[in-house]
Amino acid sequence: MTLAELTPGRRGRIASVTGEPALVQRLYELGLCDGDEVEVLAVAPLGDPIEVRCGGSRLSLRKSDAHGVILE
Amino acid sequence: MTPGRPLTVALVGNPNAGKTTLFNALAGLRQRVGNYPGVTVDIHKGTWKSRHGSYDIFDLPGTYSLAARSPDEAVAVDLLLGRTPGETPPDVILAVVDASNLERHLYLATQLCELGKPVVIALNMIDVAEKQGIRIDTARLAQELGLRVVPIQANKARGLDALADAVQAAVADAPPQPVEFPAAFQDEVKSLAGQLPGVEPFLLRRLILDVGGQTETSFVQKHGESLGSTVTAARERLLAARCPIPAVEARARFGHIRSATALAVTRPERAPLTATDRLDRILTHRVWGTLVFLLVMAAVFQSIFTAASPAMDAIKAGKDWVADQVRSAMPPGPFTSLLADGIVEGVGSVVVFLPQILILFGFLAVLEDCGYMARAAFLMDKLMSRAGLSGKSFIPMLSSVACAVPGVMATRVIEQPRDRLATILVAPLMSCSARLPVYTLLTAAFLTEGRAWWVPGLTLFSMYLIGIVLAPIVAWSLKKTLLRGPTPAFVMEMPQYQWPHPKSIILRMYDRARAFLVRAGTMILAAMVLVWALLYFPAHDANGNSFDVQIHELREKAEAATGDRKEELEKEAAQLNGVWRRQSVLGRLGRAVEPVVAPLGWDWKIGMAAIASFPAREVVVGVLGQVYNLGKNDDLAEPLGNALKSATWNDEPGGTPVFTAATALSLMVFFALCCQCVSTLAVIRRETRSWRWPIFTFTYMTALAYVGALITYQVGRRFL
Ligand SMILES: Nc1nc2c(ncn2[C@@H]2O[C@H](COP(=O)(O)OP(=O)(O)OP(=O)(O)O)[C@@H](O)[C@H]2O)c(=O)[nH]1
Ligand SMILES: [Mg+2]
Repeated sequence: MTLAELTPGRRGRIASVTGEPALVQRLYELGLCDGDEVEVLAVAPLGDPIEVRCGGSRLSLRKSDAHGVILE
Repeated sequence: MTPGRPLTVALVGNPNAGKTTLFNALAGLRQRVGNYPGVTVDIHKGTWKSRHGSYDIFDLPGTYSLAARSPDEAVAVDLLLGRTPGETPPDVILAVVDASNLERHLYLATQLCELGKPVVIALNMIDVAEKQGIRIDTARLAQELGLRVVPIQANKARGLDALADAVQAAVADAPPQPVEFPAAFQDEVKSLAGQLPGVEPFLLRRLILDVGGQTETSFVQKHGESLGSTVTAARERLLAARCPIPAVEARARFGHIRSATALAVTRPERAPLTATDRLDRILTHRVWGTLVFLLVMAAVFQSIFTAASPAMDAIKAGKDWVADQVRSAMPPGPFTSLLADGIVEGVGSVVVFLPQILILFGFLAVLEDCGYMARAAFLMDKLMSRAGLSGKSFIPMLSSVACAVPGVMATRVIEQPRDRLATILVAPLMSCSARLPVYTLLTAAFLTEGRAWWVPGLTLFSMYLIGIVLAPIVAWSLKKTLLRGPTPAFVMEMPQYQWPHPKSIILRMYDRARAFLVRAGTMILAAMVLVWALLYFPAHDANGNSFDVQIHELREKAEAATGDRKEELEKEAAQLNGVWRRQSVLGRLGRAVEPVVAPLGWDWKIGMAAIASFPAREVVVGVLGQVYNLGKNDDLAEPLGNALKSATWNDEPGGTPVFTAATALSLMVFFALCCQCVSTLAVIRRETRSWRWPIFTFTYMTALAYVGALITYQVGRRFL
């Protein structure tokens, strides 16, 4: 299960963040950390990107990148 | 710190932490703030007069980490590492963190602790944290982190004295303790240190951690490919030792931060539903969000035209009054003509547009301040990605609707140089406020009377649409050819919503108004005077008789005459005036270019007005006013719109009118697409550090403008 598969209102816990190293690093810096709970808040009108909340951060990212966020 | 030099303090923090707000409060300045990440893109310097003496303070662009990825972040990191020419690294680092999102913001703070300088934590937005029920035991947090922590509220200037105390005391502090990394990682750093003697440990860590980052690139360049493979091998060993890069850094730092906050921060059991949560349910919703977005965009444009007209009429009346006063107070002659026609009319007809520009900037400032900009980027990302860009390119493009100069600067938040450049090159295609004078003038004169009520609105909307449609197409072509590369990632923080601050919005509007008036008073004024002179001289015909005097005599005779004779004399005066202008320097130049612009439906006067507007688009309005009105019988000097309507080819009285709806449209399309704006070209030069790109922008936009105007005229004259 990955973050991209959650529908708005659903939550999950991050197991690991994978993908291109620079992007992974940025996601970590933005507060998506292993073991944290994430919630999908919204999906943009054209189906991409998505808005998520993790800890106190509110981020938007594309589904293709959210596929790299593996949930427990 | 060297004695005699004031202490330097750098404000560092994540984007949108409130650094600039704090900077302004400390230095008594008013740098621009806004509620989206990436407002500050450059270093600002100020003086903080605290109760312990004066400090030099630096406001830096926000950065999420010291592994900089975008140019604005690199600016901040370079200053901290002492790589900015002419600036020494700061004596004290003031880490500005958002108390309502403490863990995330402390991540950068832990990196700052590795630079060997004292770090003070400014715990900002304490009011927001309190509202969310987050309670922070500052003393405990300070103890756990081993840093001085001061709660502040920057926008209300609360806690600044305590902050000064902490900064002053911190100067004598020992450098803070860096976060512990796993032993396997420390060992790799040590072995790298053996190979790269003299390099700071901080950079060695970045070298391993930032895959393909700035540090790696510059070190490999300096020490050769073999270093690259050494680093790669180290990363592989770390992966095997269960310390994968880059996760190892996040785990170490967040682990350290969590253990500190666990003891010092209490949160409510269930996070309360904030206003931002509720608003985002609507504003980023598939259906409602799109609807609101379209409504907001429509409101921005509608307001420019409806709300501004009373103020514009008042300014116009004032300008006409001044011009009349000048004409009646002074004898006719070159100087009066320069003052009345050149300066008052020329500059005045541009100043008339001040209200529209104020409203546009005010609107955008509200959008920026309340936090909507990031949502607009979110909604537009998918469309932008089709053009090979990301939602981040949307904010600069929307800002360019007000003015391309801040728009181009706002591109610094875009990580990839290629994507940033593509955005810079297309931003000037968005219709900016300087085009409004052209649109409004021509629409009012040629596309309003005797047409359906929706024609003027539709015309204006289409002019904006041209830019909105073409910018992504051009960006797409650039990304396929000159700037070939993959579609960039889009990871962006969404700020909390807040009520816009009237003060900062009014300040923004004031700044823009001033900039606009200064431009009108300098560049536009100079252009007006130059055009006037080029139209006035040579002032004598082949026999050495002054045109001015001859026309004056003809008119006096006409005054005295009656009936047909009067009309004949007036016609003769008008014809002579035409001859004069055509043989003037500008007239000769104009007639030389007429064949080039004739296919666009323009006579030489329009052609010259378009060329003369190179410094700034709005100049065209003043120049048109001069070329079509100059030397007319003073009693007959008409509002610009009417003068354009009565203009005929070759100044034949009663001849074929120059302006038709098709000509007006072709001129508008030309100005929608051209890059007649020195300020834009200068900012592109500055941001790309090369002349190539401003020249490229000017060339492609002028070509586009010519073709666009040509098609418009050739199609328009058949159908309109
Ligand atoms: N409620 C509250 N809002 C604040 C406080 N400090 C700043 N703000 C608001 O936070 C927003 C961001 O402030 P800026 O000063 O532009 O942030 P910045 O850190 O300079 O951001 P960048 O330049 O993008 O890195 C603005 O809308 C401020 O009005 C505070 O203490 N409390
Ligand atoms: Mg700032």
